[in-house]
Amino acid sequence: MTSPTKEPRPVKPLSDIATITVRELRPILRGPLFLVVSLIQPLVFLGLFGPLLLGSVDEAVFGPGGALQWFVPGIMVMISLVGTSTMGSNLLTEVQTGAHERLLVTPLTRGSLIIGRALKEFAPLVVQALVIILVAMPFGFSPDPLGSVLGVLLLGVLGIGLGALSYALAIAVRHQEWAFWGIQQTLLFPVLILSGILLPVDSGPDWLAAVAAFNPLTYVVEAERALFAGEVLTARVGWGALAALLVAALGLYVGVRSVRRSPV
Amino acid sequence: MISVEELGCRFRVRRKEFVDALKDVSFVVGEGELVALLGPNGAGKSTTLRVLTGLVPPSSGRASVAGTDVVADPTGVRRRIGFVGQGNGAAHEQRVDDELHAQGRAYGLPRSDVRATVAELVGLLDLGDLLTRPVRSLSGGQRRRVDIALGLVPRPPVLFLDEPTTGLDPHHRARLWEHIDGLRRTFNTTILLTTHYLEEADEHAERVLVIDHGRVIADDTSARLKREHVGHRVSMDFDGPEQAALAAKAVEEAAGTREVTVVGRTVNLRADGGDTVVPPLLAALEAQGTGARRLVLAEPTLNDVFLELTGRSLREGDQYHREREAAA
Repeated sequence: MTSPTKEPRPVKPLSDIATITVRELRPILRGPLFLVVSLIQPLVFLGLFGPLLLGSVDEAVFGPGGALQWFVPGIMVMISLVGTSTMGSNLLTEVQTGAHERLLVTPLTRGSLIIGRALKEFAPLVVQALVIILVAMPFGFSPDPLGSVLGVLLLGVLGIGLGALSYALAIAVRHQEWAFWGIQQTLLFPVLILSGILLPVDSGPDWLAAVAAFNPLTYVVEAERALFAGEVLTARVGWGALAALLVAALGLYVGVRSVRRSPV
Repeated sequence: MISVEELGCRFRVRRKEFVDALKDVSFVVGEGELVALLGPNGAGKSTTLRVLTGLVPPSSGRASVAGTDVVADPTGVRRRIGFVGQGNGAAHEQRVDDELHAQGRAYGLPRSDVRATVAELVGLLDLGDLLTRPVRSLSGGQRRRVDIALGLVPRPPVLFLDEPTTGLDPHHRARLWEHIDGLRRTFNTTILLTTHYLEEADEHAERVLVIDHGRVIADDTSARLKREHVGHRVSMDFDGPEQAALAAKAVEEAAGTREVTVVGRTVNLRADGGDTVVPPLLAALEAQGTGARRLVLAEPTLNDVFLELTGRSLREGDQYHREREAAA
């Protein structure tokens, strides 16, 4: 028999975060079906919505690279938004079954329970983005290599923030599962439409473009388009990176605060 | 090892509506002691454990575990305790072995220690065939065994067990108790547990705490509680109702008897310390010509103590047992 832990170890926030991130990644590695399923929706948009868009909007709107060059980076931001914003439901399930409570009683720092989960969003997003790039390339999508790497990283940063916000929502409504889905769905579509992912916001009325200017995702989408087109050190990319970092910082702050404050 | 002073815990159930789950709870658990917390549903048992494990902040009073205050240093407390809650500690999407190893890492234990401990717990709780299965595919009893293993991974000096054996079959209940007894012998582990199996508390706990409406209403060894609060139940049959009535009068006057009732030709009573009260009583009845034809002397149970203290049977108030009895 091993002896019981006598002298407690000091708190190690980084290893706590790693413990949670590894724990969260395990089920995905064990059964990557989740990754495959989560790719269906963006591929549907790419395959069905893409041609519609092409046929109904003046080609000039999309800029020099054409529709695909405009549309594919947006779709990647869409996976980040749609996929990670539902992640809170996993935490919600663990709150309801008791696994979250078990982790709360371990010496893990409270914050690591959110940060570790949010950081895990990075990995599947990178894989999904690479698949989308590979699928789109035979149809004429020509991504800039350096820009693509940076674009995918930016996507991961955004995913961390959105994931953390989703976990915070799960903690806030932990006793009403319907509220989680109600709020997530209610927010999802305005944010999606007002980011210019699906259709150019410029083609709408002025007020819509004005509202979109307050949506951080608008800047991330613009930056992704710039990056995949080969821009690296430009203002568009800078604003997008700033927006993604702000979303990540806000998400982690709100998430950590929510888990620290809420008794189960 | 555990010290609780005038603990109160208030929850908001609705706007401006509060419930005092704990009103005034005080008790002490010494190092190496096993204490059972008993009480009807909603009495405050789980809330007490949740305050002591840092899950819920107390509204008043003080509590410390292993010399560490639960409010001032909750992380310090969490490093020194293990906990098996009522819910499923293992996440449904995880594999059993992954959860067990993640638990070891959460406590910062070296990998080799975790492997050794997990191997031992796997043997103890028959988890060998379940290790590579996702938790969602396990039956309720199998999940419970995994939950218990998770709580035991850190080998803590203080263990909190919230109804650990509920949902286990008798074989695994016995195995778990063997292990708990072993932990106490080897590591002198301090244990505070809640259970609905009163016989478990009777057999394994050094002390029993009865809690009701957020207060501790009894705190003693099971044997003393039974002696002081209940005494033996005695039932005597006589030749006929007249003899029974005459006998009842003599019984009431005898020392150490109470709650004397007559039903037909049967007299029921309670005797404080049946072994000393009953023999002289029988002799006296024989002498006055109303000798008992049949006598049943029942040892008191903790449930009797419970009934006496709370006016409710633990089993009556407990849906789990109702369902179990209905099924049986």
